[in-house]
Amino acid sequence: MKISLLLLEAISVQNWTYILVGLTFALYIGIAIWSRAGSTREFYVAGGGVSPLANGMATAADWMSAASFISMAGIISFAGYDGAVYLMGWTGGYVLLALLLAPYLRKFGKFTVPDFIGDRYYSNTARIVAVFCALIVSFTYVAGQMRGVGIVFSRFLEVDINTGVILGMLIVLFYAVLGGMKGITYTQVAQYCVLIFAFMVPAIFISLQMTGNPIPQLGFGSTLSDGSGTYLLDKLDGLSTELGFAEYTQGSKSVIDVFAITLALMVGTAGLPHVIVRFFTVKNVKDARKSAGIALLLIVILYTTAPAVSVFARTNLIETVSNKEYANVPEWFKKWEKTGLIIFDDKNSDGLIQYVANKDQNELTVDNDIMVLANPEIAKLPNWVIALVAAGGLAAALSTAAGLLLVISSSVSHDLIKKIINPKISEKGELVAARLSAVGAVCVAGYFGINPPGFVAAVVALAFGLAAASFFPAIILGIFYKRMNKEGAIAGMVVGIVSMLFYMMKYKLGWFDEVLPDKSEWWFGISPEGFGTIAMILNFIVSITIMKFTPEPPKNVQAMVEKIRIPSGATKATGH
Amino acid sequence: MTKQEKATAYWKENIKYLFILLTIWFLVSYGAGILFKEALDSIKIGGFKLGFWFAQQGSMYVFVVLIFVYVRIMNKLDKKYGYED
Repeated sequence: MKISLLLLEAISVQNWTYILVGLTFALYIGIAIWSRAGSTREFYVAGGGVSPLANGMATAADWMSAASFISMAGIISFAGYDGAVYLMGWTGGYVLLALLLAPYLRKFGKFTVPDFIGDRYYSNTARIVAVFCALIVSFTYVAGQMRGVGIVFSRFLEVDINTGVILGMLIVLFYAVLGGMKGITYTQVAQYCVLIFAFMVPAIFISLQMTGNPIPQLGFGSTLSDGSGTYLLDKLDGLSTELGFAEYTQGSKSVIDVFAITLALMVGTAGLPHVIVRFFTVKNVKDARKSAGIALLLIVILYTTAPAVSVFARTNLIETVSNKEYANVPEWFKKWEKTGLIIFDDKNSDGLIQYVANKDQNELTVDNDIMVLANPEIAKLPNWVIALVAAGGLAAALSTAAGLLLVISSSVSHDLIKKIINPKISEKGELVAARLSAVGAVCVAGYFGINPPGFVAAVVALAFGLAAASFFPAIILGIFYKRMNKEGAIAGMVVGIVSMLFYMMKYKLGWFDEVLPDKSEWWFGISPEGFGTIAMILNFIVSITIMKFTPEPPKNVQAMVEKIRIPSGATKATGH
Repeated sequence: MTKQEKATAYWKENIKYLFILLTIWFLVSYGAGILFKEALDSIKIGGFKLGFWFAQQGSMYVFVVLIFVYVRIMNKLDKKYGYED
């Protein structure tokens, strides 16, 4: 026993990473082979008989991307209270999803979101607008994921980023193309387990170390374990103000902007096609409601831990480096300096690290991602824990990428080819088309991962605004407002997504001016991230106004709305 | 009750519950976590200022509870109207 423990310790981080990443990948591939799809129903909605627990786990993995796993805790770490926009925004949307969308869309019983829009608004124009919105939202999002896969590979396996992206593409290609939704669902179940374990283990270790409490959610509200009796949060508030930063538990964003961003993220979450489509895979309406609850519970485990990790990491960082001699910094500092994620510039040449809010005196730049990636090293945790983070990050990025790729491929093969271009296509033909479009989508996503246009990172967060501005109002009105007609819905979606794109290009990318316009020019003081809220309200207003002046929808459509409001008798999802 | 009346009554009750649950949803997140955060921060529970706690912890726990309460209510409602599968 003693010897085997010694052996465990002798294995380097590098080798641990190979072992853990290799094992998890073998697992994903095994599941893909076992669960390959034989029909379009299996390819699009996993056969429609997924249990609420499995669907909840798959939804959680689908939902939590590389951004949630790697970047979020770091962002909160530097944003303090303001980080709450992500926490509430990315969880509160599930309440909307569970109460306002999932049960009714499941009852409707088709394969995709454009399916619903096209049928409910009895119009192929509406269908095409919806396909177009789904593609914009999914591509902005997936490019970021492939990049994330590349970065994790390159950092932990020491291959270059492009090799990492290609490796990731091959893996996703294998199980998404072979298994479709069925393969993706069961690999996502495994990926949820990997990622939550990888996130929780270091968090529990560090919480114990710093506060003596093994539950991170309680730990960051406890006193420090150094016997001083000081609360951790008070200490961090003190350290922050001492160095000139805003108090950690106070924000620096305006109340209206925090409000708008949170709402845009919530509504965007509820409108994301790759999340909605997961609720087409369960057996009936009852299971759809239940699995939304399970999904949120599983997501909240990570989301309530993240702000604790943020506090631990920020405190640890300040204590380890602030005013310390550069010559004596720990090994991890030098290691991450090599990757360019930590930059030290000794401006006053005193050999000490000044980490302060004042930009002219500050000598240390720390990338957000470090807070999760390097946290186990900073806290001196064992090698296998450090390697576990790599496997977890990959699970998070791959599961989300696969879910998005499926939405893209079904938009093309089902919504465009089957429903518009060639309705006579056979079941077999459609399945081939679905697989080919998945291959196409992976290649495009991989291309963006290798050659990221400068604006990808900037627009990933805006994918939510786009979803909020386009889908959410059209779906809600389609269910809750029988009188809503195609003219109103189409006009609303077009105005919503165009105004969001305009605001994003003007105030986030600066395409219309010589320089990026200043914050003071934002409309109502609302940032591009929060503008989805305004664009969504515009969508609602335009939809309802136009509807008032145009004919009501045909009787059979109104009857369909009444039918989806009744939960019983949900048939298996079909493509017809 | 005719089939039509039954469906209308079911839908009305459903909307009523949605309204109540979404009000709570709004109050814990936008209310306690954002609009009244400043005021609630004067109350401290352990190391947490209350407004900060709602924004970064409490609202999320309430969200989970809300969905499971909704599931229970709806299962009962479905049974009452004979809409369960």
